[in-house]
Amino acid sequence: MNTQTLPPKPKVSIWKKIKRALIVLIIIAIYVWTFVGIEIEWDRALERISRNFGVVIPKLLSPDWSQLGKVSASMLETIFIAFAGTFMAAILALPLGFLAAQNMSGSKFIAGIGKWILSAIRAFPNLILAILFVVAVGVNAFAGVLAIAIGSIGMLGKLYSEVVESIDMKIVEAMEATGANKIQILFYGYLPQIIPEFLSYAIYRFEIDIRASSILGLVGAGGIGTMILFAANNREWNEMGLILLAIIIVVTVIDFFSARIRRKIV
Amino acid sequence: MIEFKNVGLVYPNGTEGLKNINVKINDGEFVVIVGLSGAGKSTFIRSINRLVTPTSGTLLVDNEDILQYRGKKLRELRTKIGMIFQNYNLVKRSNVLKNVLAGRLGHTGTLRSIFGMYKKEDIALAYESLKRVNIADKIYNRADELSGGQQQRVSIARVLTQKPSYILADEPVASLDPPTSHQVMTYLKKINKEDNITTIVNLHFIDMAMEYADRIIGMRAGEIVFDGPASEVNEKTFEQIYGRTIREDDLRGEAEKVEQP
Amino acid sequence: MNNHDHRSAQVKTPSIYPTKTKAQITIIFFIVIGFYLYSMVKTQQEMVGGFNNAISNMWNVMLKFFPPNLEVIGAVWPPMATTIQMAIIATTIATILTIPLALLSAQNITTSKPLYYTTRTILNILRTIPDLVLAVIFVGLFGIGVLPGILALIVFSLGILAKLISETIEAVDMNPLEAMRASGANSIQMIAYGLVPQVLPQFTSFVLYVLELNIRASVVLGLVGAGGIGLILDQQLGFYNYPNAMTIILVIFVVVLTIEYISNKIREALI
Ligand SMILES: Nc1ncnc2c1ncn2[C@@H]1O[C@H](COP(=O)(O)OP(=O)(O)OP(=O)(O)O)[C@@H](O)[C@H]1O
Ligand SMILES: [Mg+2]
Repeated sequence: MNTQTLPPKPKVSIWKKIKRALIVLIIIAIYVWTFVGIEIEWDRALERISRNFGVVIPKLLSPDWSQLGKVSASMLETIFIAFAGTFMAAILALPLGFLAAQNMSGSKFIAGIGKWILSAIRAFPNLILAILFVVAVGVNAFAGVLAIAIGSIGMLGKLYSEVVESIDMKIVEAMEATGANKIQILFYGYLPQIIPEFLSYAIYRFEIDIRASSILGLVGAGGIGTMILFAANNREWNEMGLILLAIIIVVTVIDFFSARIRRKIV
Repeated sequence: MIEFKNVGLVYPNGTEGLKNINVKINDGEFVVIVGLSGAGKSTFIRSINRLVTPTSGTLLVDNEDILQYRGKKLRELRTKIGMIFQNYNLVKRSNVLKNVLAGRLGHTGTLRSIFGMYKKEDIALAYESLKRVNIADKIYNRADELSGGQQQRVSIARVLTQKPSYILADEPVASLDPPTSHQVMTYLKKINKEDNITTIVNLHFIDMAMEYADRIIGMRAGEIVFDGPASEVNEKTFEQIYGRTIREDDLRGEAEKVEQP
Repeated sequence: MNNHDHRSAQVKTPSIYPTKTKAQITIIFFIVIGFYLYSMVKTQQEMVGGFNNAISNMWNVMLKFFPPNLEVIGAVWPPMATTIQMAIIATTIATILTIPLALLSAQNITTSKPLYYTTRTILNILRTIPDLVLAVIFVGLFGIGVLPGILALIVFSLGILAKLISETIEAVDMNPLEAMRASGANSIQMIAYGLVPQVLPQFTSFVLYVLELNIRASVVLGLVGAGGIGLILDQQLGFYNYPNAMTIILVIFVVVLTIEYISNKIREALI
């Protein structure tokens, strides 16, 4: 067999090459910056872990069942916080979702503002919101509800607006053609198309909010996080073990049912 | 040479894929297997490179029983048997050259292949193979940019790059239109004659089988019910294989012959 | 809510839904509302002063945060940088660790059922634990510092990333892998040649997504002593130094938005 040379590779434009080289350089620079900049105190950390490992891990794995009552009550409060917060967000996100949907607000500008508000809300980590609300309404679970509610509006509003933008306008037009008024169109044209997906997203957000609300207590916003804070400060690792177990079980159960309900709805 | 001796295959769910198969396929033959859907054609062909493993009997390839092969030995067996699939089985997002080079994987070290460091000869061989099936101009195209017939030609090139002694083709033209089907069969036949590669092809269409095969094996319910030269096939053998008379959809149909490469 | 309106609007016309469905929906609707009201009451129990008080209170507090004290930006940047660095390191390590885990928890690659279910279960459990809880535990183990923060982020993102990627792997076209097996390739070669090209774009996109998540998460890790900007935010709030805290919050806000913007751009370019 005669060894033939390959045909030339298709030309890559010089700009593309420069762009690629630039991206590689930037990535390298970021990593250099990262590893030069970070200061990890290995000695101290290793000394600690060698001392703590044998103590903390076994305790974590043998939960302190005497705290079951307290932990359950706390976990229940966490569920309340998440539920109330998600519910509020699911309602409050409606106007924002419609506002941010281009086919509803009718103007690119208004939709743009709506989208901007929503992504601004999303940029605030839940816990930061919780801190603000704790300052505002005091150290209690309601601060947590507000934090969850505001935090969820950002995501739900965005998802809602995407659903609304995907509405089949043909059905709406057909109804307009039959002389239906705006309210009728809303009830018969829009809502049947969007309600299942709205609900499904709200339930999905509830899954996320259960996780979120279980740490709110770390900044004083109620729920099981309060117990986590105490257990950690007092180094009550047996109690922490039980808390951990409670979170794992509750989250797993809620994820399971949420997934089933969502599959049924959509 | 491939020799089936009392070969049987029972799938884990109890289905009998092959029942007591005894057949010998000589070097350089172009054999076409025909039969109804579910007759066991794929099972037969896939036993030869051990994509499925017969549960009884002996299966000799080049006079060695391959049913005991495992690990490295099995991979070595597979490197000398090329396979062509109904759905071409290319990596759609990779370009044609990369797909064709995949035929050399069995001959290339793991590290070398992970970093894509193929030997110069391998790349030359891949290019040569592409030229043999007239698709060298697409060498840097992504596989999903090609038509079905072109993709099947790339997959033939992949097999050629493997430098096999045997080629197995499981319904290579089932997803193609008649002219393209004839084109692909013509390439397979040409390679069989030029390189003296034993070729076994599964086909649904009896007329195509008769046109290209040296020898036809008819299967029905896991058994061989006909084995003989294409010239011996007639209405009666057909009924033997299919259990009914010939129908329009058993025929692929004649197409004006496409360019002879 | 809408559900309810929807139903009542239909009363005028002959119903298109069976009565049973309607009854079910009504019951579920009232249960949900009831549970909501109960939750609201429960969570507001310890609140002193009632709701109206809260709103005016909130307004007063908000005013205290403004104007932000921008002079401290210089001092805010180093811990912010640490935060980003923690997220980058954690994402990198999690990405590497994800590869074997994602393969093990993909049913089409891992044919051993016990292995598959074990990996799946571990990953599922990991995903239920909130990032900050992991941070608390790691701080308990390693003491205060960035290391426990990084470890918490690794474990947290591992669960998410491995799940997303194993789902991508399960959706892959297995045909080319079969072709490679038939030509004598070994498993590693099959993965490198048949699998990697198919999952790479999604993989990169998910890694960027997890980087975003990690940046968000690392911002608050400091609250429990796991390094980064959260620590000084906690301090400033503790000193009731709200204008400084507001500056920190603004910096976080800008950084999170910037990272999100950049990674969105990269993702668009990829797909
Ligand atoms: N993996 C499997 N597990 C169980 N049974 C199988 C399996 N693969 C094939 N079979 C069964 O074995 C028999 C032969 O199948 P095979 O695929 O070999 O037929 P075929 O002749 O290739 O059919 P077709 O023309 O449809 O491709 C069929 O009854 C089929 O249902
Ligand atoms: Mg078949």
